[in-house]
Amino acid sequence: MLLLQEAAVHATSAAAGQAGESFAAFAPWLILALPLLGFVLNGLLSITAARRALPALPPVGDPHWDAHHEPSEQEHHAHGDDAHPAAHADDHGAHGHDAHGHGPKPATHTLPSFIAPGVLIAAFAVAVVNFLRMLAAHPETAWVHEYWSWMPVNDPTGALRVGAAIQLDQLSMLMTLVITGVGSLIHVFSVGYMKEDPGYPRYMAYLNLFVFFMLTLVLGASYPLMFVGWEGVGLCSYLLIGFWFKERANADAGKKAFIVNRIGDFGFLIAMFLLFANLGTLNFAEVMERAPAQMAFGGAVVTAVCLFFFLGAAGKSAQIPLYVWLPDAMAGPTPVSALIHAATMVTAGVYLVARSATLFTMAPVASLVVALVGTATAIFAASIGLKQWDIKKILAYSTVSQLGFMFAAVGMGAYVAGVFHLMTHAFFKACLFLGSGAVIHAMHEALHHTHSDMDAQDVRNMGGLRRYLPVTFWTMGIATLAIAGVPPFAGFFSKDEITGAAWDGAHGQLPLAAGLAKVGIDGTLWFGLIWGALSIAAFMTAFYMGRMMIYTFFGQNRTGEEERKHLHEGSWTLTLPLVVLALASTFGGFLNVEREVPIVRWFDFGQGEALHRWLHPVLAGADQVAEANGIAGAAVEPSAVPIAVAILLGLGGLALAWTMLSRRALRTAAEEPAYANGVERVLYHKYYVDELYDRVVVRTVGWLSRLQAGFDRYVVDGLVDFGGKMSEWLGVALGRFQTGQVNTYAFAILIGVTLVLYAFVHT
Amino acid sequence: MDFLKHLYEGPGILTFLIAFPLLGALAAWLVGDRSARATALVVGIVELLVSVPLFFTFDPTGTCPQSVIGRQNEGLPFAFSQLTVPFQNCTDAPWFADWGIHFRIGLDGISLFMVLLTTLLLPLMVLGSWTYIRDRQRTFYAMLLALTAGVVGVFVALDMFVFYVFWELVLIPMYFLIGVWGGKERVYAAVKFFLYTAAGSLLMLVAILYVYFRVHSVTGMSSFSYFDFMNPLAAFSAREEALLFLAFALAFAVKVPIFPFHTWLPHAHVQAPTAGSVILAGVLLKMGTYGFIRFAVPFFPDAAHAPGAVKWAMVLGVIGIIYAAMVAAVQPNAKKLVAYTSVAHLGFVILGIFAYNLIGLQGALMVMIGHGLSTPMLFFLLGMLYERRHSYEIEDFGGLAASIPVFATMLVFAAMASIGLPGTSGFVSEFLVLLGTFKTHPYVALLASTGVIFAAYYMLPMVQKVAFNALRSPANRDIPDLDRRELAILLPLVVLILWIGIYPKPFLDRMEPAALRLLATQSTRLAPPMQPMGDVAAAAPNP
Repeated sequence: MLLLQEAAVHATSAAAGQAGESFAAFAPWLILALPLLGFVLNGLLSITAARRALPALPPVGDPHWDAHHEPSEQEHHAHGDDAHPAAHADDHGAHGHDAHGHGPKPATHTLPSFIAPGVLIAAFAVAVVNFLRMLAAHPETAWVHEYWSWMPVNDPTGALRVGAAIQLDQLSMLMTLVITGVGSLIHVFSVGYMKEDPGYPRYMAYLNLFVFFMLTLVLGASYPLMFVGWEGVGLCSYLLIGFWFKERANADAGKKAFIVNRIGDFGFLIAMFLLFANLGTLNFAEVMERAPAQMAFGGAVVTAVCLFFFLGAAGKSAQIPLYVWLPDAMAGPTPVSALIHAATMVTAGVYLVARSATLFTMAPVASLVVALVGTATAIFAASIGLKQWDIKKILAYSTVSQLGFMFAAVGMGAYVAGVFHLMTHAFFKACLFLGSGAVIHAMHEALHHTHSDMDAQDVRNMGGLRRYLPVTFWTMGIATLAIAGVPPFAGFFSKDEITGAAWDGAHGQLPLAAGLAKVGIDGTLWFGLIWGALSIAAFMTAFYMGRMMIYTFFGQNRTGEEERKHLHEGSWTLTLPLVVLALASTFGGFLNVEREVPIVRWFDFGQGEALHRWLHPVLAGADQVAEANGIAGAAVEPSAVPIAVAILLGLGGLALAWTMLSRRALRTAAEEPAYANGVERVLYHKYYVDELYDRVVVRTVGWLSRLQAGFDRYVVDGLVDFGGKMSEWLGVALGRFQTGQVNTYAFAILIGVTLVLYAFVHT
Repeated sequence: MDFLKHLYEGPGILTFLIAFPLLGALAAWLVGDRSARATALVVGIVELLVSVPLFFTFDPTGTCPQSVIGRQNEGLPFAFSQLTVPFQNCTDAPWFADWGIHFRIGLDGISLFMVLLTTLLLPLMVLGSWTYIRDRQRTFYAMLLALTAGVVGVFVALDMFVFYVFWELVLIPMYFLIGVWGGKERVYAAVKFFLYTAAGSLLMLVAILYVYFRVHSVTGMSSFSYFDFMNPLAAFSAREEALLFLAFALAFAVKVPIFPFHTWLPHAHVQAPTAGSVILAGVLLKMGTYGFIRFAVPFFPDAAHAPGAVKWAMVLGVIGIIYAAMVAAVQPNAKKLVAYTSVAHLGFVILGIFAYNLIGLQGALMVMIGHGLSTPMLFFLLGMLYERRHSYEIEDFGGLAASIPVFATMLVFAAMASIGLPGTSGFVSEFLVLLGTFKTHPYVALLASTGVIFAAYYMLPMVQKVAFNALRSPANRDIPDLDRRELAILLPLVVLILWIGIYPKPFLDRMEPAALRLLATQSTRLAPPMQPMGDVAAAAPNP
């Protein structure tokens, strides 16, 4: 990450000098191919391991590895209710806690430790090489290469050309660096965290596959290709949330994530169809080129496109109303929460909006909706975070809230601020999640020694851990300062840029404010509201993070005498990623400091705003749209007010948490009474939104489905059977005439002949 | 090499693909129960190996001289050249020549993939029945092979009489497959299947004869040739054409099946043995959509393009997609669930056909292929499960990922292919259908796109209840994982599903000229007032 920072300084100089030699990408396909290779290899290992672990049918088996597929040692207890004690009994018998490490592990469980992080680090290296080249060349246009034609249809009324093509520009480069960089660290962490799990190779295979799809998402040169990654990461998320699938709750959470995400994917699809029907293309370069000419500024079409894209983004990035899956997604292993549900996948929606900046600039109303939904999500999720006890749940709602900040930014047209916060958030939130993983790991091991059934994830059961887990404490502490917005840590700069944008908007200085004025909406009031709400959300953030840190690391230890002896820091694979991420959380913010921030003047960081310069070619299209429509905001007058408020709120939140909690004798989960206060209860129960959705949506759809199934069985099919029965009855009825009595036949013939004669006579 | 090239450009290859399974059926029956399955396997593999080079030798723009296909009169719709017809490997042998019935067969980009899908599934079905079928094996395999021959015949027939014969020929072996080797309510299901589809077919027979006699009366020539049926001299009144179209459409709608004619399908699927379900979902249903594409729409373009007809097709297609998905979601029987998903998938095909543009039609054809891979895979998997546990009830399972991990992996893969995850054939095909439909009917496409949500809604709970959750029942604990034979069935499907998902171009390229020609034929044959049908841009929302 330091490389990135240093390089960004280069960027400024490169931008200052004219774009020199042209940019030649270095095998960017390798960035995709390496994680895919890792998936294939680890996948094969996992199948081999799974087969070997099966009972003897026919008798095969490794004497050293007799584990069944059971939830991991670490998080097993964390999930509270043990629904199937019987199923676990043999597990404990088979490999109790002291069975670990006895005898050599089979290759299927050692190779992934090298393959999985190895391919990621190699991919990161390739990405860095490309980054350096891009830095030197600073290309103004994206590098696009089509490897093969994917879905060519030569329709005479509008041909579809979608290639399997990679687009390498400053935005996808940045995302690639974050994904492979943070991804590498989390893969290393996973080695320490998951290697005792019977499903370890499967876990690593999923993780590699996830990175492959995530990279496809950001490197694809067209919306359909992005959609491949988009749904692919959803699949991996589904598989990893439900990784310990024997617990029904985990499998349920995975399913919920997938289905809710599909609601968003529906929006993504419709947006693509609208784009294709109107522009005749789905490739990024062509869309951004044709859109300003072929769609009206602020028109219904472009607004609909943007809103449908935002529906997709809301699904993937857990915004209101589709955020409900993300807190449940914490059922997955903690490194997964760090990688997928904090640092990378959930930011895909922000990437989508930033990638479509040209379109969103053309649709002020849609942009405002994005900003408002983001803001609402930020404050809503932060308020839930205030009252949670589960360390991962606190971080999950924090993630939802921070994603809200990012959407507020990109909605307001502050694309760089949004991407900037995406990046710093990747650092400090990954650090926090991995730190929580280290805490849970330690807690779990300690609790395991005494077979305690305490919840290893409940912060009330922790306390005073800073003495036992110093590295975790310091790194998480830094990340907390970063997320709380304390200068000079990373989150301060990025969050300040977002609230600063809202402040500018409230003073009518944003392009979007002018754009809204163009379609007859006074935006300043809205922006003022956004600024206020975001500031409150920032204050809440500082408070709940302070609360979490105090409960976890300060005060008396509450794990119990016996357990305390076993609390200790994990291996270097656990601590090294934490240290690196803490460093990134400390210095990452300097990538894009604004000039008017005092600290810049003190430290003299050159021209500042390196990220702005770096991303400029990507956002040039949006700027042109703004200029062409005369909304390219007025020169922004720097104001110290938002910065001062941001600093005050960040420090104030932490201070409030400290004054409220540090002196109180904290109680364990067992001792603590349930929330009595009505507001606290509502917050603890997440405003009962899950219950509401269950009543209104889930049950209605289920009821309708059953109704239709009944209709199908008894009405549609019933009519068919009735038709069959009718002809049967008719047959029987007619059969009555076949009496076999000559008299009857003769009588019938007589009637017939009479009728025929009558007919002849009368014609 | 020259010999091979000659063989695959010549006419005999299609006849071989029909006749060989028929001979194989006879052989399987003659060799007796002991070696029937081995015989059938050999026949299936040879059939597949013989058919595969067709994919490579196929020339998307290939034609046959008209003389070969036996057309005597002039006055073709001009989208077909005067001297050639856009089919290859054509055969024309007089059969009941006095009545104009010839054994006319030929291959184009649309039939190519249907034939290949059939020949691919044949050996897989034999392998899938390997241990499943224990009674009356020689009859079973004879029926299976005869069925395959009939299906191949349906897809290559270029003579309406021959087509009808093959169409009905398919019914009989299928009837026995369900009725003899099926589950508890097999007789009910088989009779329902037979009567329902036969009743539809009879309407089509009447319509075929009507057109035949009309062409005879205006040209004085007796011919059942596919091309003569599009003779512009046989001008029908609007009412005639509407009724004729309806007769064809009903026959095909029952076969597809389109809501509300679908209720025979769940019964047939649940009761049929694995191989029966596989061929039913894999290719038999596609006979219906193929009928729409090849016959109903090109024969009666005015009726098929009438706003009312298009509207009804779209509405029924969308109802199929959403309604069937919701009904599927609450089925306690896994096989029934998958059966209903077929109705939903085929709804997409109907949308693609009636969108009347190339993207939609190509998408519809791709759905036909993709669904022909993913749904058979699901049925194979359920069959494998049935052989282990003798149940299709979802509630009987759970936690299978722990006891039979390879099976669970395959199940998850097949489910993802079925719900159209990008990277699998399902995505490419449904994406194209919806994209094409959106251009002409945006609101229909909007509704149909909710299918992606409902697909997850019906498929994931089933996967979870079967593969995930706790491994509670001891009966699910001690069952063997997939063996080599079973992997040999599934892996070809996996490879093809991924291939089409990642690189569908070879498929799209081969079917494109044929699909374009069909669309062009329709628009040239449309009555003048209907001409601006190709003007789809007008329907798209304008900025």
